[in-house]
Amino acid sequence: MPEPILAVTELDAFYGDFQALFAVSVAVEPGEVLAMIGANGAGKSTFLKAVAGVIPAKREAIRFRGESIGGLSADRILKRGIALVPEGRRLFPSLSVEENLMIGGQLGRKGRWSLETVYALFPVLGERRNQASTSLSGGQQQMCAIGRALMANPDFILFDEISLGLAPVIIKDIYAALPGIVAGGAGAVIVEQDITRALSVATRVVCLQEGRVSLQGRPADLDRAAISAAYFGT
Amino acid sequence: MQWINAIVQGVLVGGLYALFAAGLSLIFGVMRLVNIAHGDLIVLAAFLALVVMQTLGLGALESLVVVIPLMALLGYVLQRGLLNLTLGSDILPPLLVTFGLSVIIQNGLLQVFTADSRRLNAGALEVATFNLAGIDIGVLPLVMFLAAVAVIGVLQFIFYRTALGRAFRATSDDADVARMMGLDNRHIFGLAMALSLAVVAIAGVFLAVRTNFDPASGPARLIFGFEAVIIGGLGNLWGTLAGGVILGVTQAIGAQINPGWQLLAGHLVFLLVLAFRPTGLFPRIAG
Repeated sequence: MPEPILAVTELDAFYGDFQALFAVSVAVEPGEVLAMIGANGAGKSTFLKAVAGVIPAKREAIRFRGESIGGLSADRILKRGIALVPEGRRLFPSLSVEENLMIGGQLGRKGRWSLETVYALFPVLGERRNQASTSLSGGQQQMCAIGRALMANPDFILFDEISLGLAPVIIKDIYAALPGIVAGGAGAVIVEQDITRALSVATRVVCLQEGRVSLQGRPADLDRAAISAAYFGT
Repeated sequence: MQWINAIVQGVLVGGLYALFAAGLSLIFGVMRLVNIAHGDLIVLAAFLALVVMQTLGLGALESLVVVIPLMALLGYVLQRGLLNLTLGSDILPPLLVTFGLSVIIQNGLLQVFTADSRRLNAGALEVATFNLAGIDIGVLPLVMFLAAVAVIGVLQFIFYRTALGRAFRATSDDADVARMMGLDNRHIFGLAMALSLAVVAIAGVFLAVRTNFDPASGPARLIFGFEAVIIGGLGNLWGTLAGGVILGVTQAIGAQINPGWQLLAGHLVFLLVLAFRPTGLFPRIAG
């Protein structure tokens, strides 16, 4: 078994006095797409935020490529190659589509993603490159948010609520683009409400329940009843 | 003709007010910080120019070569070392800290330079005039006005055409996400304050060439700056220039009616704008 590229060990996370994650341990091997599922408030977004450096974590709790990165600031973690597509898109409203993408790329990491390749992946962004990002539809904003993260040429991408609030046809487009995004990278974690979609793209699934890992395994090995039990805690 | 003359002089003075205002507007736009010490920093820049002129034997405008970088450096250090610590969801701490800074700068200047009023000597430029269609236009006020237009043009260019401006706008929109994109907001804010104080340096030197100044001159400049920003509309640099011009023209008209009404007229126009168009005459166009 190869050494995990991302190894999270006994991660605790807090919002003030409220503990959101309890000793969560998850490993992602090179090339894997890990789907993280669970009910609202189970701690999925918290997990991604801790890995991306948006909220604090213990240094040893998160290791990327053998180095401890827990608690580093978000910009340092991005420099090491982990990018987050945040929940709710969070594009910069006063920037145009292209400017949003350029902010993503301003760190100057080398790789295959550039304005041209992002526009090739999502042609609609190219057509609207000079428009205000606020003029895009929800799905186009999500494409822009994904493009913005790709512009940093990350090795590892975290997608938070990748399809939340999007029309089914757009979700299909985004999932169609996903293999192209993940291929060539070192791995990805996807937080997704839609379990069927999550299982279809993931090489492994982790279910969180009230801040703890309730189930972990390969999609083929998990039956619906077990997932349902892990999801709802019944 | 007297009236036209007053209006022209008012427009030209408005350029100086726009210079007072531009740095203020920039800082508020990028980090929602209201810099109460802004006027005192303008006066500090004027005293700095005085020292530079005396020690290096430079002319008033030439002193900018030294004063601009020094003020910019001061801005960066001030932001990284002090003001960044006050920024957060609460807007009160930066207000209080810059108020304290204002008191410290005034008293520090008083200690070093005494309360005597000073003036920077710009030589023949000060009195040079030319006649345009019957109106006497001072070369110095014209230079000031053109400098204000140039400064605002440059700021506009930086904001909307460069990577630094993009970083300013992104950080202003959402500092957390900007951080995730690798933008260190503490550094970005430092650069914004450096840019603001570079403009302050220009404003300070022009102020000191135009009128007498002393350590207590700052707060009045802050008021003019604020009024220009509010009249023009927050977050719109060209609006700030227009705001400065409107303030300058109103003051000139007020003074023409009765010399005692000069400042009052400016304040009244500010009050009217605040009452009827609280977003200013030229608010930032959304999107």
